[in-house]
Amino acid sequence: MLRIDGITKIFGGLTALEDVSLFVNKGSITGVIGPNGAGKTTLFNIVTGLYTQTSGDVYLEEKNISLYAPEVLAGLGLVRTFQNVELFGQMTVLENVMVGLHTKSKSGIISCSFKLPGQIKEERYIKEKALHWLEYTGMADAAEIKANNLPFGKGRLLEISRALAVEPKLILMDEPAAGLNSRETSALANLIRKIRESGITIVLVEHDMELVMDICDSIVVLNLGKKLAEGTPREIQENPAVISAYLGES
Amino acid sequence: MTKEKREILIFLIFTLAVLITPLFLRGSYYLNVLVFIGINTMLAIALNLLLGYAGQISLGHAAFFGLGAYISGILTTRFSFDPWLAMIISALMSGGLAFIIGFPILKLKGHYLAMATLGFGIIMFIIFNETVALTGGPSGLSGIPNIHINSLVFDNDLNNYYLIWVITLMVMLLSINLSQSRIGRALRAIHDSEVAARVMGVNARVLKVQIFAVSALISAVAGSLYAHTMTFISPASFGFNFSIELVTMVIIGGLGSIYGSFLGAAILTVLPEFLRVLQDFDIVVYGLMLILMTMFMPGGLISGLRLIGEAIGSRIKRKSVSNA
Amino acid sequence: MDNSRQLIQYVLSGLSNGAIYALIGFGFAIIYNATGIINFAQGEFVMLGGMLTLFFLVFLNFPLVPSIVLAILISTAVGIAFERLAIRPLKNANPLSLVIITIGASILIRGIAMLVWGKDTHALPAFSGNEPLHIAGATIMPQHLWIFSITVLIIAANKLFFNYSIIGKAMRACAYNSQAASLVGINVKTMVLLSFVISSAIGSMAGIIIAPLTMTSYDVGIMLGLKGFCAVIIGGMSSGLGTVMGGLLLGLLESLGAGYISASYKDAIAFIILLLILFIRPEGLFAKKETERV
Repeated sequence: MLRIDGITKIFGGLTALEDVSLFVNKGSITGVIGPNGAGKTTLFNIVTGLYTQTSGDVYLEEKNISLYAPEVLAGLGLVRTFQNVELFGQMTVLENVMVGLHTKSKSGIISCSFKLPGQIKEERYIKEKALHWLEYTGMADAAEIKANNLPFGKGRLLEISRALAVEPKLILMDEPAAGLNSRETSALANLIRKIRESGITIVLVEHDMELVMDICDSIVVLNLGKKLAEGTPREIQENPAVISAYLGES
Repeated sequence: MTKEKREILIFLIFTLAVLITPLFLRGSYYLNVLVFIGINTMLAIALNLLLGYAGQISLGHAAFFGLGAYISGILTTRFSFDPWLAMIISALMSGGLAFIIGFPILKLKGHYLAMATLGFGIIMFIIFNETVALTGGPSGLSGIPNIHINSLVFDNDLNNYYLIWVITLMVMLLSINLSQSRIGRALRAIHDSEVAARVMGVNARVLKVQIFAVSALISAVAGSLYAHTMTFISPASFGFNFSIELVTMVIIGGLGSIYGSFLGAAILTVLPEFLRVLQDFDIVVYGLMLILMTMFMPGGLISGLRLIGEAIGSRIKRKSVSNA
Repeated sequence: MDNSRQLIQYVLSGLSNGAIYALIGFGFAIIYNATGIINFAQGEFVMLGGMLTLFFLVFLNFPLVPSIVLAILISTAVGIAFERLAIRPLKNANPLSLVIITIGASILIRGIAMLVWGKDTHALPAFSGNEPLHIAGATIMPQHLWIFSITVLIIAANKLFFNYSIIGKAMRACAYNSQAASLVGINVKTMVLLSFVISSAIGSMAGIIIAPLTMTSYDVGIMLGLKGFCAVIIGGMSSGLGTVMGGLLLGLLESLGAGYISASYKDAIAFIILLLILFIRPEGLFAKKETERV
């Protein structure tokens, strides 16, 4: 599904990522873990087109997407959530998800201004679909609330609903459980499994080890910009290099 | 009542009010002021699409207003074009220019964008002043013909009132439609988080340029109408100060509200008439209003009105509940 | 001979204007580096400097030096009041509100100046007469010398202040990372206020030394402010020497353009340069490229 091939990223003189390669199987849940500053979010930013790598390539289903812009990647079915929750704060929950349907609709400025018949139909479709996704994640009750007024946990959930509306093949989630309480985290784990069962591939960066070990099929460990290890959760737990990196850290 | 139906009802009431207002007015002075309010409403809406929805500032929008006025004025006086045709050409040319310069300009953000648009506005102002052979320079361009439909000539205040306001209402309706569509949502998404909007598949770069062009096009239509109703234009109407005045209208009325733009335009058109007694005092008042509104009422007057409306609404609801 | 004398004349007046632009640009950069705000009211301090000096000197018949000192003090007080009343209380400090607030302040200051002093244009007498000096074939006004020497002095003082004094270093620390600065005990709010103090003082000084050459009125602040901004954009926000180079380059290009191409497009030159630089190299000609972080 996703192949990352020898990615290096240098900021000024600082090497954030060095020759990182990894492979994500279709329909899997892959965890990317590592201490702070390991380069996890930088990797996500490169894959989603927000940063340009210094060298290396990214392939989505064998298509080289290295230089694609985020908006193009969304059209190809690659979408992400953010560590710091990037909602459209002044818009309602429903409208947030409706923006997720941008690539699924095409009315331009002229047909929108004049409310041409096709646009009216399309608008109805967008609204129905958006409500569907809110129901899918259990947020339908909050549809008319302004996104800025949501509690933090619901904000994370809204980001996932909005990402689902793009109908992606692959979702990258950047610390989806950060700031959630244990009840919310276990609900999140169930939702992520449900999303995977619907055929969507998931990659997540996460610090909550319990969650990662619980839901991931395979795990990649980054440390100081390099790939330290990869394998099944069990293999990672027993890997001496990983243990020493984490213990050395703390 | 659904949101959509309420929206339509408000627009119908507004339209009706606009159409019957002249029946209650005597004398050309008030009609004239209302004509200016109409033109300024179009301009404020145009800027609001960019500033209030997409969150991109322009401190040079008077240039597009001027461009519309001058292209229309020059085509009709020097090349005897029909005013309607001249208006269409001026709108397309201004929109086209905005589209071209939009790509490099809208790459900039925040303060840099403000300065770049300001620079563009000043360059255009200098061009209006210095290309004397075309524009007549600082002393202006006169003898611009009135618009006419067959034998109906728009040369008196009542006719002008209806000409300007029918077009203003059209601009309002189209802008309301646009703001409630996927394009409007995408623009607001860019405003709130450009990164997230792009990740959701919104081509922020192109959409910002497109809305910049639409905004310039509407401003040029307003400019063309201004030229044909005043029959005289001079660069002084299209300078830096007017660009700032337009920003003030949008801020005071309310960012991201079409009716707010009308409110802002109306206040800033009427205010100088009241302040005329105090002479030149208006500039101080504008400055104070900009500062105070940004500090204490960032949503503009329309949000203040909405809060009052909601308060009254909930009180009525409570009363009817307690009665039942 | 005549041609080269003319060229020297253009260069001289270009450089002296350029020095002023550099000073005004300094004011922009100091506030920007401390707060991330582009202060659209910067030009009004320049206007205040010239108008206040004129007011004390010509209308109240004060001697020159006390007039200048009073003008700088009052302009600085306006800068302080602006920061305390409009910038500090602002809760929702996004770039858009900041642009609008500083524009509002600029209009307000300009409007009050107009109400107080009227719309007339005035000439401030030159500091040491109008007897031109002849140096190596070129004519130079004594005021030019004043401009050059005061500019050099202010720039040197700035350099010393920001590089060697503890307060200057603290201000630079705030510019790099205000959170970290406050953690090590620097009072960020005071530093922000101080940046307004310094930049309004420098701005008014610029307005005072240029006024004898270019005349002054309530509305000179707009153009001078914008040109100063051009200077700082050409040079790059983070580079002090860059701003000086930017200012001088702008002054030179303007004066040569006005002399050899067209005087009526003189003001357009600055803005065309501004747009080109913003489009092609927004970090400035003389600054190192910074990496942007999302």
